[in-house]
Amino acid sequence: MRKKIAKFLGVVATVTMMAVSMTGCGSSDSVESGDGNLTGTVTMAGSTSMEKLANALAEGFMEKNDGVTVTAEFTGSSAGIESLTTGSVDIGNASRALNEAEVSGGAVENIVAIDGIAVITHGDNPIKEISSEDLKKIYTGEITNWNELGGNDEAIVVIGREASSGTRGAFEELLEMEDQCNYANELDSTGAVLAQVTSTEGAIGYVSLDVVDDNVIALSIDGVEATEENIIAGKYMLSRPFVMATMGEISEQNETVQAFFEYIESEEGQEIIKKVGLILPE
Amino acid sequence: MKKNTVSIKSGKQSKAARAFSENLAKNCFLFAAVVAVLAVLSIMLYMFLKGTPAFFKVGLNEILFETEWRPAAKENPSFGILYIILTSVAGTTLAIMLGVPLGILTAVFLTEVAPKKLAALVQPAVELLAAIPSVIYGLLGIIILTPWMYKLEKIIFEDSETHQFTGGANLISAVIVLAIMILPTVVNMSVSAIRAVDDKLKSASLALGATKIQTIFKVVLPAAKSGIMTGIVLGIGRALGEAMAISLVSGSSVNLPLPFNSVRFLTTAIVSEMSYASGLHRQVLFTIGLVLFVFIMVINLVLTKMIQGKEKNT
Repeated sequence: MRKKIAKFLGVVATVTMMAVSMTGCGSSDSVESGDGNLTGTVTMAGSTSMEKLANALAEGFMEKNDGVTVTAEFTGSSAGIESLTTGSVDIGNASRALNEAEVSGGAVENIVAIDGIAVITHGDNPIKEISSEDLKKIYTGEITNWNELGGNDEAIVVIGREASSGTRGAFEELLEMEDQCNYANELDSTGAVLAQVTSTEGAIGYVSLDVVDDNVIALSIDGVEATEENIIAGKYMLSRPFVMATMGEISEQNETVQAFFEYIESEEGQEIIKKVGLILPE
Repeated sequence: MKKNTVSIKSGKQSKAARAFSENLAKNCFLFAAVVAVLAVLSIMLYMFLKGTPAFFKVGLNEILFETEWRPAAKENPSFGILYIILTSVAGTTLAIMLGVPLGILTAVFLTEVAPKKLAALVQPAVELLAAIPSVIYGLLGIIILTPWMYKLEKIIFEDSETHQFTGGANLISAVIVLAIMILPTVVNMSVSAIRAVDDKLKSASLALGATKIQTIFKVVLPAAKSGIMTGIVLGIGRALGEAMAISLVSGSSVNLPLPFNSVRFLTTAIVSEMSYASGLHRQVLFTIGLVLFVFIMVINLVLTKMIQGKEKNT
């Protein structure tokens, strides 16, 4: 009996040692394959809407450069730029264009991505276009039937995202109706909104532009179609730039911050931007 | 046999070794028991630690008895969860009222009425229901239930000026999905409880001239009561704690729980907003978790006490 236990313990010990040595090998490998000797920190503060993007970029960058720490705080666009101009962070995140005061304070606007929101309706809905005023009235509950907009006699099912969703924040902010919306459905993912609008005749909803498919209609707003070209050209109103502002040009920043921006411009960084549902500028 | 001889042999070992192995076994059992208790205690501790700070920051009344839920508002956010609590209470109650009679009658049918061959077919089907992941119920609800509800909604509220159309995602859809989800629990517990009823009781009842149906309702079901009640308690637990399925069919807007309103349950309130919530909003979500936790604890304690009390009386 005892011998058996001893044997068993021996096996366990061997297996553990093997596992440990294997993971050891793994980690030393990844060190060698990293970009190497870059060290330092990059600090960011700003827009809560950019949380996903900033965290994804920070993670990707830190994975490539073991010696670098990227920290991001989400305090709001204006607070972020203020932290930048007072010098407490390297990068100020803003989910809007910088205003004159901020630019004259020395902040330089680096647009890294563009956030576009499409307003979608059921595929059988004859209405293809809407004014931003009417859109606002639908979401605040003033217009409740499509026939008020010249469409079918069909009740409008107002679908949106849950509180604290970035898409909802942007949508309400761009139409200037923060916290006034009256939703019939508050769904917790882009996919759920898309599915619900696809299957509900009177539905209207909003999603990131990149997920729109043929089963729904993306409405033109104020006569402007929801396309990437229109968004990049700045014509489509439900879009906003994601700015990572720096004090002075990027070339004037320290090595680590420059490397961070290089990473954003690299294929990998651009891939991350697309992955979080954003449009690449230019 | 062989095993026995081995154990006897080991009994021949020195006293110390024997005491050691006895103790080892004892400690193993103790450890297993302690893990379970520790898990409950640490969950409780954690829920209270995480859930109470918001009460102090927002105020007990403002959270529990206010109806406005605007957690992410930039100015004056409000965290009233009264509608959410009411929805959970109403939704669970209705689901129990729908699911429990259906479940008990199914159990009676399976054990007393159905031909053996049919019962052999139906029972595994019911048992299989219990194994289906809850999200599947939700998906079926979206595909089958909500379109019907949408049609019904359009007919009922055709002339209504004030009703907000939800596209079929409403309280009724959630209740129906919940009722179906608790069926297997209630049926399986009831079936075993009814099967455990002594045949002599039935025979006596029949011999006294009671019909079969009279025997079922007056003798068999009362005798099986405590087992059936356990099934109901488990069913309530499942209904109150379910999130995935109903988040797909309830619409998830915070409203008074009226049949055709889009509603949000305690569970879905946590699930749907946890991903991006931060600061006070996040703390309040933990508070909702605490409320749910207390709810389930209280219901469990009260109902188990009730069952025990009744058992003592009979």
